[in-house]
Amino acid sequence: MKTASRILGSAFFNEGYEVQDAPRYGAERRGAPIFAFVRADNKAIDERGVITHPDLVIVADDSLVTVPAAGVMQGLDEHAVLLINSHVSAETWQQRLNTKAQVLVLPIKDAMQNRAELPYVSAACVGAAARLLGMISQNALVRAIDEELSHLAADKINTNRTRAIEAFELMTTHENCIQQRPSVSALDYQQPEWVELPFEDARISAPTIHASLTSVEVKTGLWRTMRPVIEYDRCNHCWWICSSTCPHNVISVEDNSPVIDYDHCVGCLVCVAQCPPHAIKAISEAEAKQSAVEQAGETT
Amino acid sequence: MTRKLLTGNGAAAWAARLAQIDYVPAFPITPQTEIIETLSHWIDNGDMPGKLVTLESEHSMITAAGAAASTGVRTFTATSSQGLLYGMEMIYTVAGWRAPFVLINVSRALASPVTLEPDHNDVLAARDSGFLQIHCATCQEVLDATLIAYRLGEDERVRLPVIVNEDGFYLSFTREPVTLPNSDEVKDFLGEFDAQNMHFSASSPASQAVAVLGGSPYSYFRYECHLAAEKALVVYDEIRDEFEQRFGRKYDAVESYHTDDADYVFFMMGCFATKAKAAVDGLRAAGWKIGLLRPRLLRPYPAQAIRQLLTGKKGVAVIDQNLSMGKGGILHSELTSVLYGDKNAPSILISFIGGLGGRDISQEEFFEMAKQLKQATVEGITPAPRLLYTADELRQIHKLQAIAHVEREAYE
Repeated sequence: MKTASRILGSAFFNEGYEVQDAPRYGAERRGAPIFAFVRADNKAIDERGVITHPDLVIVADDSLVTVPAAGVMQGLDEHAVLLINSHVSAETWQQRLNTKAQVLVLPIKDAMQNRAELPYVSAACVGAAARLLGMISQNALVRAIDEELSHLAADKINTNRTRAIEAFELMTTHENCIQQRPSVSALDYQQPEWVELPFEDARISAPTIHASLTSVEVKTGLWRTMRPVIEYDRCNHCWWICSSTCPHNVISVEDNSPVIDYDHCVGCLVCVAQCPPHAIKAISEAEAKQSAVEQAGETT
Repeated sequence: MTRKLLTGNGAAAWAARLAQIDYVPAFPITPQTEIIETLSHWIDNGDMPGKLVTLESEHSMITAAGAAASTGVRTFTATSSQGLLYGMEMIYTVAGWRAPFVLINVSRALASPVTLEPDHNDVLAARDSGFLQIHCATCQEVLDATLIAYRLGEDERVRLPVIVNEDGFYLSFTREPVTLPNSDEVKDFLGEFDAQNMHFSASSPASQAVAVLGGSPYSYFRYECHLAAEKALVVYDEIRDEFEQRFGRKYDAVESYHTDDADYVFFMMGCFATKAKAAVDGLRAAGWKIGLLRPRLLRPYPAQAIRQLLTGKKGVAVIDQNLSMGKGGILHSELTSVLYGDKNAPSILISFIGGLGGRDISQEEFFEMAKQLKQATVEGITPAPRLLYTADELRQIHKLQAIAHVEREAYE
């Protein structure tokens, strides 16, 4: 997403705009949500930091909508446009989120089946954004991709260009749907609801985390992109190996068989590598969810 | 001269390259790392001369910087937050060596609790060390202030190390258009580092960090440092004029924005001040006479300029992105100390604490601060200091504590 913001920023800059672009790094772990933002204007930009009143929000992964730390819904009002990279239709998202923002969908290519497509999602998002904004020509877009990705091999740059141009063309019907919102008026603004911070003694106000319950409450399984699955017909029940090498201590043993706690497994796949009879396979989360849906369908 | 998109860290690295530094002692820390990564890449590639050495800690890094500068080479280094604190013993020590170099501090709030985002408690911990401090608000300023810092620190009337401060994330990782001056122009502006009597040769050893007993020689050396730091105010203004003449950008020791006809003034440091500028524009559009003052120089403190710029104003909202536990905002204390006894000084100075650990300050909050400032001047009563903190933020904290409390009860 940082790269996406830089391509969009450079494309604006190439078109003669003043620009500010920045990533906001989150937790240093796999699957942590990351966002980046771009501002562009005809004059020097004094605002900085997180955009609280966005004109356009682009979500590259629709599973982030439910992650509080991603804050996807923040600042979405009737002025904003929300573009989601998703299999699900815009109408469904509009209904699910009950948002006043205009919702558009950038249909997922075959990224779910073909993980090699994932790195190109950024380019597709930028291509779509460029067309929706209506301020960036295809030439400026391609030039920005070439500039920002100059460290990559030529075929990678080409694929990024192709994905960006495909998305650029896909959004033709919505060209120019984004309007710059006026800045907040000092005459009519929402008053901040400031509070006096109450005194609370150190038993409450020291930043201490007692591990046990917090560890249970925090569903670290949401971080996972790959899921280890035990094939019990191959498992030789040497349970000590996988359960004691799991760095997150989420493999327990029931009746001499290892059981993975998917609420807390982060998908590091150490168990997959360690298993002597190769009885633990790794499948993508998207695939796992799809097969869960199918199984549920069969049972009902 | 080219204009391109650069992060604050990129601008800092470019400044070091353009200043033709000889030596970079380095130790990585978020959010500073990109600076030394960029420089090491350039040096490795042969894009610039110089030597970069990774030390085993910031303590050693700052010692190496001071030692290198003492041999007469142009030295650059950078750190942040916990790193600056880890090297703090040497920050105070090397300033006393009177060997100039530039240290970029990428502001990041201090533990505990640990965080990565900025406020100014890290750099303010070095406030009384003898290092001069220049605070930046844009990526362009990071580049320009670093060049100015070399001229300032190396001036024979000053000869002190300089910290150039840029806020983590909001500058360090934020790209903005930056004008890069030509290498030759910078070379003309900076000249060679004239190390005067600082040199190193194996055959004639010198000790530059002597021990003294008895308070009298100690007082002499310390106060000479202070006088040199004060002299830096005059020197800074000369360099500012020359910089403007050469590069067309003017950096007063105190930036003033729409203060001439203003009744009310925001007073703050660092890059959140550009957000205050936007708020000043918004308030002026609604008929307010309001402006912004931002000290670029914190050490030396441009007291006289601040007094002059605030003469006849009705009220000042001081926004401190720092906190002195048991006292309050540090800028607020610094400002009151220079206004005391001046009969033309504004009678109302309100203290706001905002932006701790990178907490955002919204436009609406600037408007609200202006409203409270106006009300205070009408009533003639200064309200109590206020932390910018909303009911919604408190709800979020209580939500997190709810889990912790269940556990604590189990332990107690």
